[in-house]
Amino acid sequence: MAEFTLPRNSRVQEGRTFKAQEGAKNIRRFRVYRYDPDSGQNPRMDTYEVDMDRCGPMVLDALLKIKNEVDSTLTLRRSCREGVCGSCAMNIDGTNTLACTHDTKDIKGDVKIYPLPHMPVIKDLVPDLTHFFAQYATIKPWLQTETPPPDRERLQSKEERAKLDGLYECILCACCTTSCPSWWWNGDRYLGPASLLQAYRWIVDSRDEAAGERLDELQDPFKLYRCHTIMNCTRTCPKGLNPAQAIAEVKKLILEREH
Amino acid sequence: MSFRSPLGQARGLGSAREGTAHWVAQRVSAIALIPLTLWFVISMLMLVHADYVTVVNWMHTTWVAVLLVLLVGTVYYHAYLGLQVVIEDYVHDAWLKMSSIILLRFICILLAAAGIFVVLRVAFGG
Repeated sequence: MAEFTLPRNSRVQEGRTFKAQEGAKNIRRFRVYRYDPDSGQNPRMDTYEVDMDRCGPMVLDALLKIKNEVDSTLTLRRSCREGVCGSCAMNIDGTNTLACTHDTKDIKGDVKIYPLPHMPVIKDLVPDLTHFFAQYATIKPWLQTETPPPDRERLQSKEERAKLDGLYECILCACCTTSCPSWWWNGDRYLGPASLLQAYRWIVDSRDEAAGERLDELQDPFKLYRCHTIMNCTRTCPKGLNPAQAIAEVKKLILEREH
Repeated sequence: MSFRSPLGQARGLGSAREGTAHWVAQRVSAIALIPLTLWFVISMLMLVHADYVTVVNWMHTTWVAVLLVLLVGTVYYHAYLGLQVVIEDYVHDAWLKMSSIILLRFICILLAAAGIFVVLRVAFGG
């Protein structure tokens, strides 16, 4: 059955507060989820006061300032700091997004930062994405062909290439999938918006020759049809993509081949 | 505790290669319910102050009885399809899930049969 009570380690306690340096005029409070499963202690919310006059504009800038100058135990993933790697996906101000492209000015009041929802937490803001990427692997995210490869590039017309727009930009940050209630309840079997958008990206690729097999694999009450068009995925996508529409297109293609 | 690889877990039992018919039926029955429900609500509003004989005579009309049968059947069909999805979403124990869905099917068929029988009884009888 669905679980209606929270496990003990889901109760978040009040943590420590780190005051800003003396003389700071432009202070923002960052409330950050801290959890170390190995410690046996419950998660806590630590509060960091950050002098925004001495900090970059993005949430990631503040987190790295905290890690560098205030509390080096704060754990998070980050790499590119410009929205192309997807490492710093986390729940900021109630929405899954990338810390590196989210401007602190766009947030009113305290900046509340949690790891991606409904994921096992390895430490602090680092969720365990093993299953997410395993699901991605199941859709065979590579070009499948039987025709012998040409001696040069595989050609595409401009129109064929245009079909990949809005799909190829996906960076697999997991913001959409971890925002989906259907994936929360049935993530063991439902593939989730990110993997389904990626599956559609290969289905519509004019160079790929396995569209039928790909649709066969998706046609399943759980893998695909657990999508109830809730649209959290589209609303939260930090790249402005539309996974919900990609899923709808997959459903339409399956319908198309039956009629 | 499982030593099955993440990919093995994600693949699970593979694709059922099924589910489209259910998804289509849910939407088609919803579309069918739009005119049926509108017609029923308007008819009921027009019959609000009617006496017993008027309503029975109304139900004696062939097309009224046909539409009422269709309405009752479609409502329970649509309800079955929707509630099945709710059970699949929230009940994770395989045995409980399957038996709940079978029980739900029985209940919906029973209620639909009862409703259609009542309509026909009035339509054909006195």
